Amino acid sequence: MITLTHYMALSALLFSISVAGIFINRKNVILLLMCVELLLLAVNFNFIALSRFMGDATGQVFVFFILTVAAAEAAIGLAIMVVLFRTRRSINVQELDVLKG
Amino acid sequence: MGSNIYIAIVLCPLLASLVAGLGGRLVGRSGAHAVTIAGVGVSFLLSLLVLRDQLAPGSEPFNESVYTWLVTDGVRIQVGFLVDTLTALMMVVVTFVSLMVHIYTIGYMHDDPGYQRFFSYISLFTFAMLMLVMANNFMQLFFGWEGVGLVSYLLIGFWYTRPTAIFASLKAFMINRIGDFGFIVGIAMVLAHTGSLDYQQVFAQSAALGGMQIEVFAGMPWSVATVTCLALFVGAMAKSAQMPLHAWLPDSMEGPTPISALIHAATMVTAGVFMVARMSPLFEQSETAPAVVMAIGATTALLTGFIGIVQNDIKRVVAYSTLSQLGYMTAALGASAYAAGIFHLMTHAFFKALLFLAAGSVIVALHHEQDMRKMGGLRHHMPITYWTTLLGSLALIGFPGFSGFFSKDAIIEAVGLSSIPGAGYAYLCLLIGVFVTALYSFRMFFLVFHGEERLDAELRGHVRESPLVITLPLVLLAVASVASGWPFIESVVFGGYFGGSIVVDPAHAVLDELGREFHGPGAFVLHGLLGMPLLLAAAGVAVAWYAYMKEPSLPGRVRRKASVLYTLLVNKYYLDDLNEKVIVRGTRGVGTLLWRVGDMFLIDGAVVNGSARVVDWVAGRMRRGQTGYLYHYAFAMVIGLSILLGWILFKRA
Amino acid sequence: MLTLAIFGMLAAVLVTAATGVIVSRNPVHAAMWLVLTFATSAVLWLLLEAEFLAIILVLVYVGAVMVLFLFVVMMLDVNATVAREGFTRYAALGSVIAAIVVGELLALLWLRSSGLPITRPLAGMPDGHSNTREIGLELFGGHVFEFELAAFLLLLAIVAAIMLTHRQRPGLKYQDVSAQVKVRREDRVRLVKMAAERDE
Repeated sequence: MITLTHYMALSALLFSISVAGIFINRKNVILLLMCVELLLLAVNFNFIALSRFMGDATGQVFVFFILTVAAAEAAIGLAIMVVLFRTRRSINVQELDVLKG
Repeated sequence: MGSNIYIAIVLCPLLASLVAGLGGRLVGRSGAHAVTIAGVGVSFLLSLLVLRDQLAPGSEPFNESVYTWLVTDGVRIQVGFLVDTLTALMMVVVTFVSLMVHIYTIGYMHDDPGYQRFFSYISLFTFAMLMLVMANNFMQLFFGWEGVGLVSYLLIGFWYTRPTAIFASLKAFMINRIGDFGFIVGIAMVLAHTGSLDYQQVFAQSAALGGMQIEVFAGMPWSVATVTCLALFVGAMAKSAQMPLHAWLPDSMEGPTPISALIHAATMVTAGVFMVARMSPLFEQSETAPAVVMAIGATTALLTGFIGIVQNDIKRVVAYSTLSQLGYMTAALGASAYAAGIFHLMTHAFFKALLFLAAGSVIVALHHEQDMRKMGGLRHHMPITYWTTLLGSLALIGFPGFSGFFSKDAIIEAVGLSSIPGAGYAYLCLLIGVFVTALYSFRMFFLVFHGEERLDAELRGHVRESPLVITLPLVLLAVASVASGWPFIESVVFGGYFGGSIVVDPAHAVLDELGREFHGPGAFVLHGLLGMPLLLAAAGVAVAWYAYMKEPSLPGRVRRKASVLYTLLVNKYYLDDLNEKVIVRGTRGVGTLLWRVGDMFLIDGAVVNGSARVVDWVAGRMRRGQTGYLYHYAFAMVIGLSILLGWILFKRA
Repeated sequence: MLTLAIFGMLAAVLVTAATGVIVSRNPVHAAMWLVLTFATSAVLWLLLEAEFLAIILVLVYVGAVMVLFLFVVMMLDVNATVAREGFTRYAALGSVIAAIVVGELLALLWLRSSGLPITRPLAGMPDGHSNTREIGLELFGGHVFEFELAAFLLLLAIVAAIMLTHRQRPGLKYQDVSAQVKVRREDRVRLVKMAAERDE
């Protein structure tokens, strides 16, 4: 039988993979954004699974909101990146240090 | 008599000063001297009224506060007047001399561009001096004290284009700051131990002060009265130019001569003497303080007299003579002969003002020549100045019957009778001082008025007597110098003139002892004729006559023989050098040290810049952590997450 | 057992796809792997009978967001080799940390889950139950304010994205309404006083 444990373990695995992804792809902003999307997906997994196993639909509403925010974040993040690339011809994270003191 | 008259006495000179000072252009020269002389004249007449009132039988001292300035923590700081016989005497002396000087100034400062300013200053001085003597509390005393100090500073530096005048005014101000420090410490002691600044309340507790102990240095309990009195006396030492804080007074002769007469001879410098007399209830509670006072006074009287012998500047001779006479007064105070000290203060005010004004008259006649080596033989050209100077000098050396004779002999006798420690030394000093006084006085007299004319070529034949505005004060002061002794000695020194305003402990009431042998001024003169002081004075005059009239080459020979002594005296015992080389440089050294170490290193370096540098350093370290790289923040977050998870995992394991 | 087998299979695909996202050298490949991840997730959510969200995930993420990602990646023409520099240097560290986090999370699941319905099988929904209706009721019932907030946030995101990427091209002619409104007489008309000319 599939239990909550399965889903949560899967979610933890997904979360860890995305964390590892942030470290591995530390130079590429697009990939970092993708990893963030993965992180959110892992969280959504937990929300939906718990919502279903606990019998409370609020969790799924939460996922709805998270999807909304993630979409907005992706849109703005990509827009920023486009502007960035236009001005600096690069999206290398290590070169984005103009705010550094 | 209500308080209005006292307010009027004080405010008349102040108003006149404001009119002459602020409206100087408006009222013009004659307006300025008219208004200030009127102001001081009114004060003088009213002071005479007050004196008469105080002398009337059955009169009570007036003691009333007229204005409360502020009340803080139970301490009332007020403006009030304590007018008793002591105050009334001082008021008359101050306003009389001030009036004389005002009139004299018309002639002396005739061509000076700062005419109105000068009148404004001396009127302001009269105001401050009256506030000082009429105060009924320590704060007002301090106000007057500082007021006269300020005007003194302004007037010494009156000719502010002369560097020497500026230097002298600064010196006077600095040395008086030292005294003021002691003075204010004394006032603070009084306030701390009695909780009041009012004379009456403080004096009522003076016996308790004598009983209290304080540890200025750990393990050495001193009587509170002693510490307080010594602190107050430090103030008096600076104001009344006692050794070693006397150095400013000779230099103050840089100011115009009327000022030397008014402030630096007759009135302000006697403020210290007056103050000690006023504080007699406190000083009587102490054993040590009077001895210190007497020793310092006697030392000053003798040593500054010696310097007077070798001075060539006519004003400086008179200045050192002033120092010496102030020493006499101070010694009298130390011997608890307050009345004698005040009496000498009064007579001295007259004859020393006279001598200064006479010196000024000579200086004006010689177109501001002050070197006695370029004078001589002036008695034919300036008869009034000559005769008044002679009378003043006789009064100064204590010629029998003259005012100085009574006051000085009373002091010497009192010190001789005193039994406090150091009295023997003081008596000796004062006796030698009589000889020295006569010597320098008549040295000056002979050098200026007798002998051959040593004038500059262009002055010969042009020297003539000064105008009436100068000679009139001379004559009036000469009358006072001669006559203020005989009629007053009985009541002032030995009678109960001062009544309750001066308190003397029966254990050292030397004047009472002296008074028992006193059988009228005539007998006093007769007694004086046989006494040691007159002999010494006569010897002094004789030596002066021999050395400067009969055998003018003698001083030069003596100088060559005793060159070490002469150098010592000309250099004023090197006290100025000590001040400049050791004290000033030492103070500057300490200041520089504190500045370098305390301010620059500790405060600026360690605290101010140090804290900034620490913040900067910490921030610099912190900044390394804020790389701006996303993955570093993510890494920190993940580390935090794993630590949090681990904590949850093991917290109840 | 069948569902468990399907779950296991899908989970394997999911993990493989997620790993593919993070290790791809080419961002386009990473995006494609991400599409696969989202699609697999949608199927897994269907398994949980969360049909509405599963469809939304496919529509919004696979359909819109991932297309946007691909679009940007291709448009920006990122130099892949430079972007991947240091990949191996941090791979070990990243893997170790990920492993620690995984270990901790799993340990937490097993050790600290007592009292939770964690091992209980999922109760199937009764017939005629509508997940969409359930969410709709919840969304517009108790969370309508948050819903409006989310709507505002999306609007903000649209405006922000346009504002950020929109650029003014030089030489473009257009009307500036505010400048037209602000204009005053002095800007346009100049009164000149001239001396009348006369033939001499």
